[in-house]
Amino acid sequence: MSHEVVEKNIGLMAVLILLVISIAGLVEIVPLFFLKSTTEPVEGLKPYTALQLEGRDVYIREGCYVCHSQMIRPFRAETERYGHYSVAGEFVYDHPFQWGSKRTGPDLARVGGRYSDEWHRVHLINPRDVVPESNMPGFPWLAENTLDGELTPKKMEVMRTLGVPYSDEDIAGAGAAVNGKSELDALVAYLQNLGTALASRR
Amino acid sequence: MNEFTFTSNFWNLWIIVLTLANVFACWWLIAWSSKKRPGEAATGDVTGHTWDEDLAEYNNPLPRWWLWLFHITLVFGLVYFALYPALGAWKGVLGWTHQNQYEEEMAAANEKYGPLFAQFASQPIEALADNEDALRIGQRLFVNYCASCHGSDAGGGPGFPSLRDGDWLYGSDPAAIKTSILDGRSGVMPAWGAVLQDKGVDEVTAYVLTLSGRDADAGKAAAGQKHYATYCAACHGADGTGNTALGAPNLTDDIWLYGGSPGVIRQTIVEGRNGRMPAHRDFLGEDKSHLLATYVYSLSK
Repeated sequence: MSHEVVEKNIGLMAVLILLVISIAGLVEIVPLFFLKSTTEPVEGLKPYTALQLEGRDVYIREGCYVCHSQMIRPFRAETERYGHYSVAGEFVYDHPFQWGSKRTGPDLARVGGRYSDEWHRVHLINPRDVVPESNMPGFPWLAENTLDGELTPKKMEVMRTLGVPYSDEDIAGAGAAVNGKSELDALVAYLQNLGTALASRR
Repeated sequence: MNEFTFTSNFWNLWIIVLTLANVFACWWLIAWSSKKRPGEAATGDVTGHTWDEDLAEYNNPLPRWWLWLFHITLVFGLVYFALYPALGAWKGVLGWTHQNQYEEEMAAANEKYGPLFAQFASQPIEALADNEDALRIGQRLFVNYCASCHGSDAGGGPGFPSLRDGDWLYGSDPAAIKTSILDGRSGVMPAWGAVLQDKGVDEVTAYVLTLSGRDADAGKAAAGQKHYATYCAACHGADGTGNTALGAPNLTDDIWLYGGSPGVIRQTIVEGRNGRMPAHRDFLGEDKSHLLATYVYSLSK
């Protein structure tokens, strides 16, 4: 075999290229599927309730992840501001996770319980009502849009096939738990749950 | 839990074997491709490949320094594997993990700032309120942790109390301020709409306005006073000056947590209010809360 054989045989070249670029994935990604710290939930982690799950979908739909990360790195500068650094086991029920990659706004990994529900409502409708310096857009329509919960059981079933331990009762009661609530209710419920499985710092 | 616990040891070996095989393969590729072959053109000669009529390829080997860089990266990789956690469950000779790097960073900061905080924590808030260093630290902490609700100037907003107006829901005592920070507060104003009905709400609204010396229909206010004595006085006091033990606001000072227009006062009576200050004991701890309380206390002193 020589250089020339590879250069003149595009099929062989494609196979060899695939082999080369897959090595990193095989070594760095595949074993994570079998690593306990990334596949087992941290103690106390609960699956999202029906309302929180709907709130999470609102979070995704409105693109919150574009400006907010959900990943506290193990640096003092981050933990002083946000609380305990994030660990992989906190995200096993997130499909997909909302780690984000850019912080135009603050990290939200542990925003749960940091503010009152009322603050979130005011802030989501018009952030400048509580934080005059804020450049976050307002989301006033969230208060007006009502959820009917029609698709909620289906969403939970899909989550169950992905490994989230929802019981049949959870799924059966999902529609009723969501029906009539506003998108704002759902989003606030989701936010208030973020990061609460792990004690905040001390 | 150990960071490197796999479901099966297979994955440990998988990483080690693939990684080392990859390094070896890189070395082999370099050695193989730089080997002279029989029938090959002499160094510096054209190889005989010609493109586009006159474009020829010369048989020049890779410069030595370049070749050595490849070898150096391989050696660097192997040394790195030995020192750091890279090969499966291998923890590395240095014992480095991101957790212990973080803990070292925190320990170093505690050593530096711990005594400073401890020294402030041992002084009473009243005395610290004149200490410029303490106030400077307190202000920075405030802007970081409190400003999103109370405002960066501590001026508050509708539903979020101003901390500089001298009006205190839970008392002006420094200890009360510190308790608010550490354990949070839950305001409980029940909804009276169903009890008072429309007319009653209007009357109580009128009476509450007069408590702060504002204009209101005198007849309605007089009727409202009776409702007030029945339903409101238990928390807000017979004279309307509030109760700091319950966090019931003083209604006579014309300072309004949710807004002082007749419409908003009416809404407060009809729907009730459930203001909530989150607890910060776990998140901030005693020492920082002490400095925050000092700063907040100093604002209205």
